[in-house]
Amino acid sequence: MPPIIAIANLSKVYASGHQALRDVNLEIAKGEIFALLGPNGAGKSTLINIVCGIVTPSAGTIRIDGHDAAKDYRAARTAIGLVPQELTTDAFETVWATTSFTRGLFGLKPDPAHIERVLRDLSLWDKRDSRIMTLSGGMKRRVLIAKALSHQPRILFLDEPTAGVDVELRQDMWRLVRSLRDQGVTIILTTHYIEEAEEMADRVGVIAKGEIILVEEKAELMRKLGKKQLILQLQGPLTALPASLAAHPGLALGADGAELTYTYDTQAAETGIATLLSDLAAAGLSVSDLSTRQSSLEDIFVDLVRTGARTSAGIDA
Amino acid sequence: MTMNWPAVTAIYRFEMARFWRTALQSIVAPVIATSLYFVVFGAAIGSRVTAVDGIAYGAFIVPGLIMLSLLTQSIANASFGIYFPRFAGTIYEILSAPVSPFEIVLGYVGAAASKSILIGLIILATATLFVPIHIEHPAMMVVFLLLTAVTFSLFGFLIGLWADGFEKLQLVPLLVVTPLTFLGGSFYAIDMLPPFWRAVSLFNPVVYLISGFRWSFFGKGDVAVEISLGMTLLFLSACLAAVTWIFRTGYRLKS
Repeated sequence: MPPIIAIANLSKVYASGHQALRDVNLEIAKGEIFALLGPNGAGKSTLINIVCGIVTPSAGTIRIDGHDAAKDYRAARTAIGLVPQELTTDAFETVWATTSFTRGLFGLKPDPAHIERVLRDLSLWDKRDSRIMTLSGGMKRRVLIAKALSHQPRILFLDEPTAGVDVELRQDMWRLVRSLRDQGVTIILTTHYIEEAEEMADRVGVIAKGEIILVEEKAELMRKLGKKQLILQLQGPLTALPASLAAHPGLALGADGAELTYTYDTQAAETGIATLLSDLAAAGLSVSDLSTRQSSLEDIFVDLVRTGARTSAGIDA
Repeated sequence: MTMNWPAVTAIYRFEMARFWRTALQSIVAPVIATSLYFVVFGAAIGSRVTAVDGIAYGAFIVPGLIMLSLLTQSIANASFGIYFPRFAGTIYEILSAPVSPFEIVLGYVGAAASKSILIGLIILATATLFVPIHIEHPAMMVVFLLLTAVTFSLFGFLIGLWADGFEKLQLVPLLVVTPLTFLGGSFYAIDMLPPFWRAVSLFNPVVYLISGFRWSFFGKGDVAVEISLGMTLLFLSACLAAVTWIFRTGYRLKS
């Protein structure tokens, strides 16, 4: 199946001389949830804004569902709904008016039944006649989502959708995202809440300093880069690791001497756990409890961005 | 390429809604201002001024007063209409929508021109309460009304794109347009001026607008009606060219 979004050799240099994007290549598959992660100023919003037509690219091409985003911008933009990062709303308009306005902008005839459905899904129905300025920040965020959904987009961009929203709204939002995906909508989101990308996304892209440094299936990424730790509680504390255990490079003794931490690679042919356990028994150490801990996407992300290096984990470009 | 009419309608309605929401300042204010002009210039001063070109002074100032409002209202409405979304950030929605520059201009400028024409007609109606008015060339009056409203709404749209603060939004109307309008013969005929100032006045584009508009009322103007029409069209073309350039380059709209 051809990608619904195909970005090729995309670069952006702002008038100030700042290079926001460098030769970005990215393909988004139809119906997936793609999470774009990156530190502040990495180029996430620039990338989204270029795809949506708000910022002009310096070089490169974008195809949306087969349509060139520059030459055939009508067909390309019709497919896209955008929820921007900032709470930019018309203060004096009502919720109903502003949502209907967006639908009109996207060339669609009024459809009160659809607008009602969207507002009800977002718990905005009771507020339909309220002026936007009277709403709370969380409600305004809902209004922005309602506007983006008013024209039934096939692709939805959510730029930091959960920044500064409460738990209830965040959960509502993710429920909505899942139901949209079930309807076949492709979703691209940027987020700082990495656990959400971890929970929601099918694929993850990491952008740093304007470059896509990694694109990977989330599960694959976690499997490839995920280090796992085995934590062993000893019955009696040790002052030092017995010499017989020195053959295990991933093994470390905790400060209190009662905890052993063994870090291993889940992808290795031999994790070394079996020999470790038998060596422990041979050394006469008995274990009172054990647990494992797996590195989160956040650990992976922080690690990636700090090293800034392209890993062998799979540059999908 | 087919037109995105729902988008044009959406923008137009959005802008008109703002007009009705602020009906007090957008309708009542110009009516009061015009009435004041009539009281001061028409009744108080006008009673001591002899007729201009055989036209009673009270009636003579009507076309100029309408033009004065038409110009300032067109500029104010159109410049605010496009500046505010830029200021508030809601412009993202227009830029990311499948809307052509022409459709954007049509929506914003169309609404601004509609509002100022409406105000112009309200002022005309108000004026008839003070002086008897007979319009010699009604069709041409409508043509001048339309052309001026569209031209200056485009001009206002340009100001709204150029401005990067509320001060700049006020700058051009206050420092350029209002003086030009007052010196453009709203309250006097150009040949009442000394020869030097009469010559200077011919460089003022507003003179041609007011002259043409006055001609449509009384059959007489400061300059020939063809010249008035030509100059109006020239200014309209200049504004159209500037707007086209802005959308082609993305100036102040896209980074």
